[in-house]
Amino acid sequence: MEIGFDYTRSLGPVLSRFMTALAERRILGCRGSDGRVHAPPLEYDPVTYAPLTELVEVGPAGTVVTWTWLDRPLDGQPLDRPFGWALIRLDGADTAMLHAVDAGTKDQMRTGMRVQVRWAPEPVGHIRDVACFEPIGGAAPASPRSGVDPVTMVTTPIHLRYRHTTSIEESRYLRGLAEGKLIGQRCPACGKVYVPPRGACPTCGVPTVDDVELPDRGTVTTFCVVNVPFPGQRIPPPYVVAYVLLDGADIPMQHLILGCRPDEVRMGMRVAAVWRPREQWGTTPQNIDHFQPSGEPDAPFDSYAQHL
Amino acid sequence: MIDVAVVGFAQSPCLPSAGTTSGVELLVPVFQEVLASTGLAKQDIDFWCSGSSDYLAGRAFSFVNAVDAIGAYPPVAESHVEMDAAWALYEAYVKLLTGEARTALVYGFGKSSAGQLRRVLALQLDPYLHAPLWPDSVSIAALQARAGLDAGRYTEREMAEVAARSRTAALGNPKAQVSGTDTADDLLAAPYVADPLRAHDCAPVGDGAAAVVLAAGDEARRLRARPAWITGFAHNVDSPALGVRDLTSVPSASAAATAAGLRGDEVDAVELHAPFSHQEILLATALGLGDAVRVNPSGGVLCGNPMFSAGLSRIGLAAEHVMSGRADRVAGHATSGPALQQNLVCVMEGA
Ligand SMILES: [Zn+2]
Repeated sequence: MEIGFDYTRSLGPVLSRFMTALAERRILGCRGSDGRVHAPPLEYDPVTYAPLTELVEVGPAGTVVTWTWLDRPLDGQPLDRPFGWALIRLDGADTAMLHAVDAGTKDQMRTGMRVQVRWAPEPVGHIRDVACFEPIGGAAPASPRSGVDPVTMVTTPIHLRYRHTTSIEESRYLRGLAEGKLIGQRCPACGKVYVPPRGACPTCGVPTVDDVELPDRGTVTTFCVVNVPFPGQRIPPPYVVAYVLLDGADIPMQHLILGCRPDEVRMGMRVAAVWRPREQWGTTPQNIDHFQPSGEPDAPFDSYAQHL
Repeated sequence: MIDVAVVGFAQSPCLPSAGTTSGVELLVPVFQEVLASTGLAKQDIDFWCSGSSDYLAGRAFSFVNAVDAIGAYPPVAESHVEMDAAWALYEAYVKLLTGEARTALVYGFGKSSAGQLRRVLALQLDPYLHAPLWPDSVSIAALQARAGLDAGRYTEREMAEVAARSRTAALGNPKAQVSGTDTADDLLAAPYVADPLRAHDCAPVGDGAAAVVLAAGDEARRLRARPAWITGFAHNVDSPALGVRDLTSVPSASAAATAAGLRGDEVDAVELHAPFSHQEILLATALGLGDAVRVNPSGGVLCGNPMFSAGLSRIGLAAEHVMSGRADRVAGHATSGPALQQNLVCVMEGA
């Protein structure tokens, strides 16, 4: 499963000027309370914690203070071939900047080596405008440019991949779905039936162990009408999302109610699952496409009052 | 002044992969064990506090799911920190000091194996200058390790000796993920993972959970013959700007130790949270530990580092030395952030 988000952040006065300078292919540091120049700049002094405002330009070249080597770069890192990470003290600065060094091979890396910035082809005002650093010796870095509008925001895409593991209880539930069954579990302490099963009874804190097969029909305990369109929506609004309390269960499950007009859905309405064609079933909750009215008389309020 | 003590500790085994990101499966047996060891029932716990991370779980409000493991009915007083549960323990400690609670159960859990841990941890860095480069946690530790080597603080052999001693100690720890009899020579023959770090220099990626029970005053005396009384508890933090720090010293650990009243020549045993071998050496210096102090008798986190509970477990393990009578005065340490940026010290005594 991949989750991602483009984080867009506003910049304060210090980082705004720093990012704007990067777009101009210049690197700014700031002068701290003790006279030291920090590059990249700090917004607050590391000694006195006072806001820092005096920005000074530092060199596009510097000295490696410490380094390591990565044979297999990870997604998103500055280079996709083996490279060195380094803390680099830029000329004119007293503290160091973290970045990648495109040294080719590890034996080119050493503490004290001289490196220079390699600018990204199209600087936009982001730390990634510094594509990486490289050993001094080739062509000089691209020259600064002017006429850049002030940069006040940065956007950084963040993407992470996870492998989610199902619990033993969830696994049984999903395997049941693949056979057209709804399998919940009963708490040995209070007797409540949970579907999907949760691993531990949230009331008693003990593992649920006994399987209970439940029918695919139940009662609407509460519902809402979705009127708002959003990206990735399966059905054009308006439509109804409801809590359906399966007969014999103690916790409702959330599902779609289709097969009637939204304004016909009501608390206590009896509904039945509409399964997808059997050949499409898998170990997934999507086997049930939605619920629809079953035509039975409404359930009395008292029958679900404890499950709202 | 209210006295507060650790009266119970339990941890799950640290495994390369265990449970789900909800933490429930790991926590249920840990809660049962720690409550049984104190004779308390869940209704006797006045305050619950946890440490875990949505970034580790890959889902929002992941700690809410874990509350299932408590069985929170009737409703409980509960809090959470998006940090190692050692910091949740600090919150609970303060709660007990205020007198608003007499008992607290603190727990941490994490499924480090669900994502790519060294990459996920890049997101704890500042989001403007560092995180967009995705500097992974192992590479950052390697930058620190080399800085220490260049400064003559230790050698690669001394780093390997830390790992060899930890693995040997872990032979006696059934909860450890890694243990063994490799000598420093054996370990030094391995290739670099991130020069100058080899695999043995880095904590393994593992899943796990842990819980500590705190009790105040007479309640602690009633529950344990020998509670581990907390005599000092403090945490401190260094600059998030990596390039500004002198990575070869750990001022925030020294400051926390001073504030907690740790005297490094007067403790019997210390459990340090040092996820990389060189960090144990840096921390021993920062805390001023004497030569006679037993450091990481459990094998330390080089032998099992379940994220968000490993720091709490350092305190629980140290407390066990006192509760069992094996030691009179101990300290537990926890760290967080890149290259030992944030440090916490808890000093405990038997009498
Ligand atoms: Zn129950």
